Amino acid sequence: MSAPLLSVRNLRVSFPTRSGTFEAVRGVSFDLGRERLGVVGESGSGKSMTGRAILGLVRPPGKVSADRLDLNGETILNLPERRMRALRGARISMVMQDPKFSLNPVMTVGQQIMEAYRLHSGQGGKAAREKALEMLSAVQIRDPERVFDAYPHEVSGGMGQRIMIAMMLAPDPEILIADEPTSALDVSVRNEVLRIMDKLVTERGMGLIFVSHDLNLVAQFCDRVLIMYAGQVVEEIAAKDLHQARHPYTQGLLESLPRLDHPVERLAVLQRQDSWRNDVKGA
Amino acid sequence: MTETDLVKAPGQGSLPPAQGGAPGFGRVRFRRRARSVGGVALSLALTLLGLLLVTFIIGRVMPIDPVLKVVGERATQAQYDAAYQAMGLDKPLWQQFLRYMGEVLRGDFGRSISTGHQVLDDLKRVFPATLELALLGTLIGVFVGVPLGVIAAARRGGWIDQIARVVALVGYSMPIFWLGLMGLLLFYGMLGWVGGPGRQGIIYDGMVPNVTGMILIDSLLAGDWGAFTDAFSHIILPASLLGYFSLAYISRMTRSFMLEQLSAEYVTTARVKGLSEGRVIWGHAFRNILVPLITVIALSFGGLLEGSVLTEIVFSWPGIGQYITKALLAGDMNAVLGGTVLVGTCFVLLNLLSDILYRVLDPRAK
Repeated sequence: MSAPLLSVRNLRVSFPTRSGTFEAVRGVSFDLGRERLGVVGESGSGKSMTGRAILGLVRPPGKVSADRLDLNGETILNLPERRMRALRGARISMVMQDPKFSLNPVMTVGQQIMEAYRLHSGQGGKAAREKALEMLSAVQIRDPERVFDAYPHEVSGGMGQRIMIAMMLAPDPEILIADEPTSALDVSVRNEVLRIMDKLVTERGMGLIFVSHDLNLVAQFCDRVLIMYAGQVVEEIAAKDLHQARHPYTQGLLESLPRLDHPVERLAVLQRQDSWRNDVKGA
Repeated sequence: MTETDLVKAPGQGSLPPAQGGAPGFGRVRFRRRARSVGGVALSLALTLLGLLLVTFIIGRVMPIDPVLKVVGERATQAQYDAAYQAMGLDKPLWQQFLRYMGEVLRGDFGRSISTGHQVLDDLKRVFPATLELALLGTLIGVFVGVPLGVIAAARRGGWIDQIARVVALVGYSMPIFWLGLMGLLLFYGMLGWVGGPGRQGIIYDGMVPNVTGMILIDSLLAGDWGAFTDAFSHIILPASLLGYFSLAYISRMTRSFMLEQLSAEYVTTARVKGLSEGRVIWGHAFRNILVPLITVIALSFGGLLEGSVLTEIVFSWPGIGQYITKALLAGDMNAVLGGTVLVGTCFVLLNLLSDILYRVLDPRAK
């Protein structure tokens, strides 16, 4: 693998609370190339917070520290806000969970897509409009002109998420963080949205961090998977080898899912052990 | 709304494609708009009817004999009976109500006993004075209170937030007559920066032709700069005081609306795009609080219109609050009810206005 797009070593995110410091992310390390990296874990495992820390979106009083947080060899750890803003959207972008809440309800779809593009490209309104329509076509929206003038409440969830993807990819970022991009969607449109996102990301040679709690989805869709538990990466494994996972937590996650080809009388209940909290990857 | 309308419009789907979908769609949209305008007009009429019913009932249950007020205490029984009949008080209540409605619709509120004028003429005189004061006070409240609330929310816990909190707390808890007297003492009595009580200095009294009844506007219309600055120096202190009170309310409400919006996901989206904090706050979050903010502003404006009696008394401001209070103490029911109908109508119209603004500002309300 050539030099990674993103290199993360010992990333930590902590929040001061009344009863001491709460560590949401406790020493996460990984490299991301032009590939699809899945990050899986249960709620509160720190997977979303990892994405937000990379984007510099952890708001005070939260604190981010790391031995290394490099984008293309340059550090982006705790950059001044002004320099971080120039990166955000332009080089790293993020698609969030539910388009119902992540699109501004009082702005038209077109305005929202153009806004991101104009900010980073410095192009005028006309070029931005063309780009927005082009992006809407790229995410396979059949009638881009109509959707361009629509408000978010006038489009369906699946279409909303495709709009979100169009908006975030318009300035041509190098890395896309997708934070549970399909968990708010109907199963029927889920695959379509994923396929579109996959196609665009591959075509552009981008790096994708796919945050999800859905192990099967990640196994189908990603090249490599990080399994997170309690703010740490407990296992890193190629997606195709997922079923040979060695860590008991990963095995537990897999066994708690029903399988058509392997029916069982009773699904296993996920067991958690405190000792995993102190486990280090590969130990 | 959209879906049911579309379902209720038969034949929309079966329109031949040659005619195009657009005219059919336009018809639905027109019908929907007509229906919503009709609905608004109906609810407006019903509200006003309710208002009249309330004032009518108040007029009938008050332990003040309206006949006696007209004929005087030394009238004979025959005179009393004649007036009783002339006022229609021998008729059934519903007929009296119809008669009352007819009078109000013609603008006839009867004669005020304490001033001797028609109530309508009195209201024409006192209401613009209050309106002028309330408008200026609300403007101050909005243009200071809204930015203050937004900044307090954006810098939550910072020193601006703390100052805004203290400013609002003082605004809520200080008695206005005390602040008013202290203001007069300092800015009029000691510093001489502003005009004293009343709306105008004595030399300008009656010099500006009456067009709107609001002296600031009338003097500008007449091009009389001296009268304008004089009126301004009289109004600025009471208006600032009222503005301060509406600022306290508006800034607190703005702050809590903004805090709610700033934690919304679309704000994170805007930040992910790389927008500056200013554009995130004013371009994204602020646009989403406009609708509830309008309600707050309308309510605060309505409250000032109702007549801030204490302010008007401290500053000898000849407004509607003072007028109604004096009339009430004198048992002058025509004036009280006339004033009540006027203020009530203003409230209803303000509600209507904010309703219309909702539809303009919030695409989801269409």
